[in-house]
Amino acid sequence: MSLTSNQTILLLKEIGKTLEEHKTLLTELDGAIGDGDHGINMNKGFTAVTKKLDDIQTEDIGHILKTVGMTLVSNVGGASGPLYGTAFMKAAVVVAGKNEIDLHDFVKIMEEAVEGIKMRGKAVPGDKTMLDALEPAYNTLYQAVEENQPIEDILKKVKDAALQGVQYTEKIAAKKGRASYLGERSIGHQDPGAVSSYLILDTIYKTIRNIKD
Amino acid sequence: MKKIINKPENVVADMLTGMSAAHPEYLKKLDNFNVVVRKDTAASQKVALVSGGGSGHEPAHGGFVGKGMLDAAVAGDVFTSPTPDQIYEAIKAVADEAGVLLVIKNYTGDVMNFEMAQEMAEAEDIKVDSVVVNDDVAVENSTYTTGRRGIAGTIFVHKIAGAKAEAKGSLSEVKAVAEKVIANTSSMGIALSPCIVPAAGKANFTLGEDEMEVGMGIHGEPGTHRTKIKSADEIAEQLLSKILGDKPLQSHDEVAVMINGLGATPLMELYVVNKKVNATLKEKGVKVYKTFIGNYMTSLEMAGCSVSILKLDEELKSLLDAKADTPAFKVL
Repeated sequence: MSLTSNQTILLLKEIGKTLEEHKTLLTELDGAIGDGDHGINMNKGFTAVTKKLDDIQTEDIGHILKTVGMTLVSNVGGASGPLYGTAFMKAAVVVAGKNEIDLHDFVKIMEEAVEGIKMRGKAVPGDKTMLDALEPAYNTLYQAVEENQPIEDILKKVKDAALQGVQYTEKIAAKKGRASYLGERSIGHQDPGAVSSYLILDTIYKTIRNIKD
Repeated sequence: MKKIINKPENVVADMLTGMSAAHPEYLKKLDNFNVVVRKDTAASQKVALVSGGGSGHEPAHGGFVGKGMLDAAVAGDVFTSPTPDQIYEAIKAVADEAGVLLVIKNYTGDVMNFEMAQEMAEAEDIKVDSVVVNDDVAVENSTYTTGRRGIAGTIFVHKIAGAKAEAKGSLSEVKAVAEKVIANTSSMGIALSPCIVPAAGKANFTLGEDEMEVGMGIHGEPGTHRTKIKSADEIAEQLLSKILGDKPLQSHDEVAVMINGLGATPLMELYVVNKKVNATLKEKGVKVYKTFIGNYMTSLEMAGCSVSILKLDEELKSLLDAKADTPAFKVL
């Protein structure tokens, strides 16, 4: 199956709704080990994205993703703006000019997004960041697509891998971001960036399952 | 929350408008951007210094825009890094062939947003370089982590790199002297009370009536530990011992000292802290070349202070003495 540009826009708006619903959760997680604005900032960014997508006049999914990235960068601030913004802008390049994307495109999108976040944040898995959710999710996606598994199974495994990553962040000390000032005291708390990444992948799974039905 | 504001979401723009109205002889606000630039920056044919970060640290950074210090300051939301498009506008507004040096405080968000703005400017063939200030010795330094925060020592970087730029130093010379200041500066602070971010409406932590947080960051991030409040002499000794443990001083070394208030601490108390800092340095045979006392890098209405020590050499001394004329920092 593949996604049209309209379905991609719908999916991006669903991500916005999910982040709005979880605004308080993300802010509370961030309050425990950071500066307590992750939910507020992600909601601010995706509210701006949703508004932009309402008037977007293109079928080019690359252009759509680039718009999302630039909107996040110029509206979010803090650390999550450049990280998620870079992820979407890098992903945009591999689907430039496409009006439809399939699972193989999604593999490339995720690969570029994860690479972009590594490049921008200079973090590695194990630093207690969003990468701890995204890298295992990407590895799972890559393998499952290679094995030609059904799309619903693939996306479920991907979001489950991200959730496991979130749970892993609870066990480790932060090495990047404001939580790193807490050192060992950050253990026992989930990383809010990993949680928002999981929420995005979970929304992709649920939305595509609904589109498919 | 009890604050003299209109709407929390307008607080930064309102402040900058009020600031440019107050100091038209020094600076102006760029229309539609939370950026203030030096009034006489055009055709100055010198390296431009651009700094900034989250708001809530006033007078940092807009108050240091003027002769001999910053050419532009970018103000993000309270305690949130400004976005790359805002920083990019600041760079464009002050850049000429001499180039631009970005002075960034070491926070994950600030570093990434300034880096993206630098990439945007470089794509437009603007010569841009950057330095990252990390003077807070309360945080362990490590190449594998985010590392130390940038706090009040940043003002020394503004002053000295600004003087070098004013003296028509090249971009690489201005950067080199900024790096030297960063290498020679150590700071550490304590807090007696939390602060309230206007958009949040409540303090993000509490301190008991008789408690202080040692090594507290300028956004209310936790410090190294919490103890019963101590006397000014003991606080000064404790901060100094950590600072000197990080960068030991020898007898006959010369230093600049900054006792910085975090927003709600009376000058009286800052002078009391300085009494002990000065005496302790003298006992060690260290010469205090210049002392700065005041609110330079605040944390909204937080009570507390930080101590910064900059080890000087002849070059740094002459640049520290060079004329600076800005709303919040003057060497005349």
